[in-house]
Formats: sequence, structure tokens, C-alpha cells
Amino acid sequence: MSGFWREYAENRIALLALLVVAVLVGAALGAPWIAPQDPYDLAGLDLMDARRPPGHVGSGGYVHLLGTDAQGRDLFSAILYGLRISLQMGLVAGAVAMSIGALLGILAAQAGGWVETAIMRVVDLQLSFPAILLALVLVAVLGQGKTQLVIALVAAQYAYFARTAYGAASAERRKDYVEAAAATPLSTARIVLRHVLPNVMPPLIVVGTVQVANAISLEATLSFLGLGLPPTEPSLGMLIANGFQYMMSGRTWISVYPGIALIVLIIAINLVGDQLRDQTNPRLRR
Amino acid sequence: MSAPLLEVRDLRTHFLTRAGVAKAVDGVSFSLGRGEILGLVGESGSGKSVTGFSLLGLVDPPGRIVGGSIRFDGRELVGLPPAEMRALRGRRLAMVFQDPQATLNPVLSIGAQMALAVRAHEAVSERAALARAAAVLARVGIPDAARRLGAYPHEFSGGMRQRVAIATALLHGPDLIVADEPTTALDVSIQAQILAEMKSLAAESGTALIWISHDLATVSALADRVLVMYAGRIVETGPVGAVLRAPIHPYTRGLLDSLPAMAAPGQRLRQIPGTAPSLLAVPAGCAFAPRCPRADAACGAPPPEARLPDRLALCHHPIEVAA
Amino acid sequence: MLGYVIQRLLQSVLVMLAMSALVFVGVHAIGNPIDVLISPDATQDIRAEAIRRYGLDLPLWQQYLAFLGRLLRGDFGTSFVFGMPVLELILSRLPATLELALAAVLAGTLIGVPLGIYAGYRPDGILARGIMAVSVLGFSVPTFWVGLILILTFAVNLGWLPAGDRGPVMEVFGVGWSFLTLEGLSFMLLPALNLSLFKLAMMIRLSRAGTREIMLTDTVKFARAAGLSDLTILRRHVLRLIAIPIVTVFGLELGSTLAFAVVTETIFNWPGVGKLIIDSITALDRPVMVAYLVLVAFLFVTINLVVDLSYALLDPRLRRGGAAA
Repeated sequence: MSGFWREYAENRIALLALLVVAVLVGAALGAPWIAPQDPYDLAGLDLMDARRPPGHVGSGGYVHLLGTDAQGRDLFSAILYGLRISLQMGLVAGAVAMSIGALLGILAAQAGGWVETAIMRVVDLQLSFPAILLALVLVAVLGQGKTQLVIALVAAQYAYFARTAYGAASAERRKDYVEAAAATPLSTARIVLRHVLPNVMPPLIVVGTVQVANAISLEATLSFLGLGLPPTEPSLGMLIANGFQYMMSGRTWISVYPGIALIVLIIAINLVGDQLRDQTNPRLRR
Repeated sequence: MSAPLLEVRDLRTHFLTRAGVAKAVDGVSFSLGRGEILGLVGESGSGKSVTGFSLLGLVDPPGRIVGGSIRFDGRELVGLPPAEMRALRGRRLAMVFQDPQATLNPVLSIGAQMALAVRAHEAVSERAALARAAAVLARVGIPDAARRLGAYPHEFSGGMRQRVAIATALLHGPDLIVADEPTTALDVSIQAQILAEMKSLAAESGTALIWISHDLATVSALADRVLVMYAGRIVETGPVGAVLRAPIHPYTRGLLDSLPAMAAPGQRLRQIPGTAPSLLAVPAGCAFAPRCPRADAACGAPPPEARLPDRLALCHHPIEVAA
Repeated sequence: MLGYVIQRLLQSVLVMLAMSALVFVGVHAIGNPIDVLISPDATQDIRAEAIRRYGLDLPLWQQYLAFLGRLLRGDFGTSFVFGMPVLELILSRLPATLELALAAVLAGTLIGVPLGIYAGYRPDGILARGIMAVSVLGFSVPTFWVGLILILTFAVNLGWLPAGDRGPVMEVFGVGWSFLTLEGLSFMLLPALNLSLFKLAMMIRLSRAGTREIMLTDTVKFARAAGLSDLTILRRHVLRLIAIPIVTVFGLELGSTLAFAVVTETIFNWPGVGKLIIDSITALDRPVMVAYLVLVAFLFVTINLVVDLSYALLDPRLRRGGAAA
């Protein structure tokens, strides 16, 4: 493990990316304490403060570091809370999609036969279909809300995990020791837990990292299109969408700062994922 | 005798890898006259292929020619600008590889591939290039050559594919062809055919040939002289008949003894014990000493030259040859 | 070859059948399909008439067959919002999306492939690292954010290009196109650029990986030994060898661009199919949604088919023997 970490730390950019992710996650967790304002408390907003540029001192008596939005929200606070929601959505959707995908992938690899064919056909069919389209349709059908959004994100992403888990599990299944274990009276569940799962986890975690970033990006896109979360709890995507209409009049900060937070988060997670993939990919090891 | 076509002096090609410096070719010297056929023999990893690639300036990074000289027709090739080297490759120096399946581009017709090779050196029309390709294909024994120009490599047999590769090497009538185990990937019956054809083609056009092989038997059927390599160095060189009849170096002796044709019927083949050393850690002194039946304490020092007329071996304890 | 074509055609028909069944089941799962087919504020009489007309009183399998029959006739019902047949509506919006998607994928390929080949040819050079950084950005930055920045930079700050809408179109064969006039192009440039960034990133990555692999093969070494210049080797040998995955991705991307066009079209207010579907989702215009789904599925199946068939054309090894490999 320490060797893994040392190799990771050799890549300065990946190390920086990890640091950025840690800072952003910390900021999101600590939002209630860091943010000068609770952006969900509509009573605490004053329209007098609406659309003020960064550095403006509002009626609250403190400096709006990143300006305010159309409702007079302090953007810095809104971004911290938005980060919270975006991360929450990405992580929950990623974890659920990973569990379902891993289950289906391992099931397909272990069961073989028509179960394998059926599951993997559906998975492959879905992989050829753009994830965003599927999420769009589901959100349209299910309506708005956190649960609905998570369902849509999971449906759009589980197939990637299923493919990965299937690949790793069926490679593992062909190995001698798993076949040998299958010949002993050990239960299938034990074989899967002891032998298959540990080998399926590393690639799943790599895919998971990237998929969390994708889920965040997808959620932001859906919210930007007005099909994500309800406006009462604005994620980063919705903050950007809200500011979009004011951009033409030169009040660019309302969209730009939440956007910067979003892309920094996504790029940082992707860079961490890239490094993890390089480090776990045996083909790149020479 | 006039100046040789090729004169290699103390050639060193090293691979600077993370694990250390692999001295694939480490001080190789030999020369080659016009039209002469030289057999370059050794086990895999002996540096024989890298020697061939070095001659054409085709050593891929992390490999690099770090020292020595290659004089080709009076011109120094080591350190030659890449553009000038490219102008020589394919025109005056050509190469044929081991596996025709891997060397020919599977998605280009053989006519298109050969035309590219023609037009790499001559500003002729595509039509003229194809006509040249067809003519050379016919020379290497491909029936109905003009009509097969549009065919793809997978439509040819292994032997035919190698003939296409040989034809590509012959397109510009080069002075020297380096052939890197060109028959190893082929069926035995085809091997003999290709061998014979190569020999007559070389004789016909006055092309010199360096035939790289792990197989002494193949070389004996073809070459005028033989050069035996071990761990990046030459251990023995001389006329092919003399070397095969009475090798001086124990390694050459070992290679001969492991040939089926050399063993008496019913007798077991004698393999050389042990394996070739890693090029990252070639033993000091004689590299073959750890596997050599004649080795003793003296072999820890660099081996001296054991000379006979027209022959040379690097060994502390050469096998005596009856004069 | 013919056998292969027939086999692939049959497969495609099967997949389409499966997709139509999925959509059919989906329509039933969402709720009473009658709500999908007629306006929610229709009277009881119209409702009863529609139930009979669409055979909703029949057993499920008969209904499915009837549904298939309607699909084959192109009868997707009438849009609640626009009050016109859905197929007609979608077809009227298609050219705008099509020219945008084609422009984006073409630009992404024509720029991305040479950059990717270069990055694969000199993987350690500074330029190659720069190219890869662009590709990482193109992959991870969300499309809508790039669109926003493009508008902010080129429309708001510099004022060079329009911020949205399609602008004037030129009629050819009764269909309006933007790419035929200079002004139309000025409207198309930003959305096409926005849409192409992801394709660019993908094409760079794909051609770089292919080139790196091929540069190490004996094919390249043999071509070098024959005296070919590196440029010729890249242009003639490498390009042909990486053409197969590139054509595949080109085709698949053309399809998925229709989906991504959803985002770009919304940001740039581009009146294509993507904008239509978003508007329909917001307005709960279900017939349009169902039709869109079926058509997109059809598109994907067709593209997959075309891609597979062009494989056979590009790879001479597949051209003979039929379905081999």
C-alpha cells in the first residue's frame, strides 16, 4: 500500500488534484460553518443585495467575496452549499450504480449461460446509448427530486460498472484457483466474497472515480437544463443556469464562479482517476 | 582486393533502460565485400538483430549507437543526418524481416505498399511505380504478378508474403540486403526454396547479403563467411566451411553439437548447458565462461584473439585445429 | 459478403424489435397509454373513441402488434403543443440538428486525428503534452459550461459572433440550411465548436493510442527500412491502420451527437431536435417523447449497421470470408 501511495505521489499533477479534491470535499462538508449565509433560508435574503458584483458589502454587513445572485444570495455561500449537493448526488449515484453494476456483472460472469447473455446484451445495448439521453428521459418520466435524480443517474451509469465487473470477474473465473475452489464444498457466495470480489474491486474503484465525476457533470447538465433538482436546493448546475440570463448584461460572475467550482472539481476527480487507472493497468507496467 | 563494401569497426549499440544499460552490441567489427554473403549467427538475445538494425540506422529508442563506425561504400553511417540515412535505406541498403505477416500492412494492397517504396526514392508516377513492382515480383517468382498487385497480404501464403517483402527490398537494386531470419516463420519446404532463390538473386544482381539466423545449418547452405555472436560480441569468424568443419571457439562447437544434422543417428543432441546471460549483466572477461566446458580461472580476464589464417576467435582456450 | 450483410440486417431488425418492445412496455409502465396518445384535456367521448381507435381494449400482445403497425406507418400521434403530426414535426427540425452534428463531428475528426497522430508519433514532446491537455479538458469539462464560456467570450465580450438562434437559412429542396451562407455560418460556428470539443478530445485520444501502438510494429519498421519518410508512413500506413476505429467512432459519435446536441441546442437556442425534446419534456408533450425515443433507437441501430458494413469495406480481411473475425 505504501508503495502504491509513493508511486501516486510521484505524479505531481495527480497529487495536486488529490489535494484539490480534498479541499473541495472539506469545504462542502464544512459549508454550514464556513459560509457566511444560509442560502436556503429565503427569509435571510434581501433583494436589495441582488446581483451585486464581487467585493460588495451587503446589508448583512459582510463582504460578498464572489458577489450575489438574482435573489440576493451570497454566491460564495451558495457555491459551498451547491458543492455539497453536487458531491452528494455524485457520490450516492456512483455508489449505488457501482453496487448494482458489480452485482450484475459478477452474477453474469458466475452464472454463465442465458443469464450471462441476457444481462450483458442489455448492458452492451445501453452502453451504445448516450447516458445523458437516458437520464433525460427518466427524469422527464419520474419528475424532479433528489431520489428521482439519483435513479436517473444510476440507470445511466450502472452499465459501465457492470461491464467492468463482468470483465474482471470472468477473467478471474478462468483462473485455476477459482476453479479449484469451485470444486470444493465452499458455497458460491464464499468464493465470490473471498476470491472474485477482491480482484474486481480495483478496476471498479477506478471506473467509480471517473463515474463520480461524470455523475456530477451529468447532474449539473440536467440541472442546467432545468430537469435536475428543484430550485429550492440549488446545485452548482442550477446556480450556473440561474446566472445564464444575466450574462448578456455583463453580470458574468453569477454563472462563472459556480462554473469554475464545478469544472475544478470535475477535472481534479478525473485526474485522480487517470492516475489510479495508470497505476492499476498492468499493460502500462513495463 | 578493392575497399570492402561495408566495414564495421567496434560498433556499440546500447539500450538505456530503467533497469540499466543493456549492451546489445558491444564492440562488433567485421567487413563485407561486394556480392559477399555473410552469415550472422547467435542465440536470441545475442545482439545479432540489433547489429542488423544498427546498419540501417533503425535502432528504436531507448537504444542508441553509442560508439564505433560503420563505413558503407566509403561513407560513414554513424552520425549521418536522418534525412541522408533515409535516402540510403531501401535504395542502397535494404532489409527483410522475420515475419512477413507482421511486416506487410494488412490494409494496403501489396501494389500500393511497393509503389510507396518505389516512390520513396524516385519521382515517378504511380503507374510507373506499379509497373516496376510487378516486374520485381515476377523476378522473385510470383506468378501473374501484374494482376496480383491489387491483392492484399492475407490473400497470399506465408512464403508468397515473404517473396513480396524480398521483392520490396530488391526494388532499387541495393548493394546490401540485411535479412533478419527471413525463413524462420515459414514451413521447412518453403524455407529451402526461399533460401535458394535469395542466393541466386544476390548472385545475379551482385548484392551483398547479411543473413541473420540462429540456425547454423541454414547459414551453412548459403553464406561465404560466418560470424558467431554471443552476448553482444563476436566470438568467432571465418569461412563458413572451415568454421563448420573445425570450430575454434567452444561456443561454436556447442552450437554445432546441438544441430540434429551433426549428431550421429540415435545419439542424443547435446544442448549447451545454462542460458545466455542477461545483456544488463554480461560477465566480466569471457561472457561464455559460465557455460563453457573448457573454462578455468583465466577466463575471468578479457579473452585474447586466437588467429588462424583468415579466421579469428576470442578465447582463452581455443580448440586446437589440425592444420 | 452478401451473407454478412443479410446477417447484420437481421440482427438490426431484432434489436429494433426489442427496442420497440421496451418503449412499448415503458409507455405502459409510465401510466395509461391513452394519456400518451391524446391530450389530457380531451373529453370523455374523445377518450373512449381513442381507446377504441388505438385498440386499448384488446389483449396486450395485440396492442403491441398494433403499436408496431403504427410505428411502421410512421404514425406517432399528434403533438399536444404544436398540434401537428409528430413525425412531421421532428422531420422539420432534423436538418438543423443534422448540419450542426455533421459540422461538429467533421471538425472534431479533421482536427483531432492529425493532432492525435502527432501526439502518438512524438508522445514525449511538449506539443504532444499540450495536445493531451486539450483532450483531457475536452473530456471532463461539461458541454454546457464550454458553451457558456464561448458565448461569454465571442458574443458578449468580443461581440464577433451571435450568441444564439439560427439566423437566416437558405432553402434547398424545400429545406433550410445554415451552412450555405456566410451569415448562416456565423450563427453556426459557436454551437458547432461547442459540440465538436468532445469529439475532438475523443478523436485525439483514439488516434494517439492507435498511432503509438502502430509505430512500434514491424510494419512501420519495414516501411522505414524501405526508405519511406516518417510523414509518408504516418499518412499512408498509420492513417489507414487507425482508420477502422476512427470510422467506428465517427459513426457512433454522429449518433450520440444527436443526444449531446440537446445541451448545445438549448444553450444556443438552436431550433433542432434536441431543443424540441427539451421543450417537449418541459411541456409534457408525450407523443413527441415517444417518437423521439423510437427514432433515436432506430438511428443508433442504423448507424451501428453502417459502421459494421464499412468495417468490411475498410478491412480487406473481412471483405472476403463474410462474417469472420
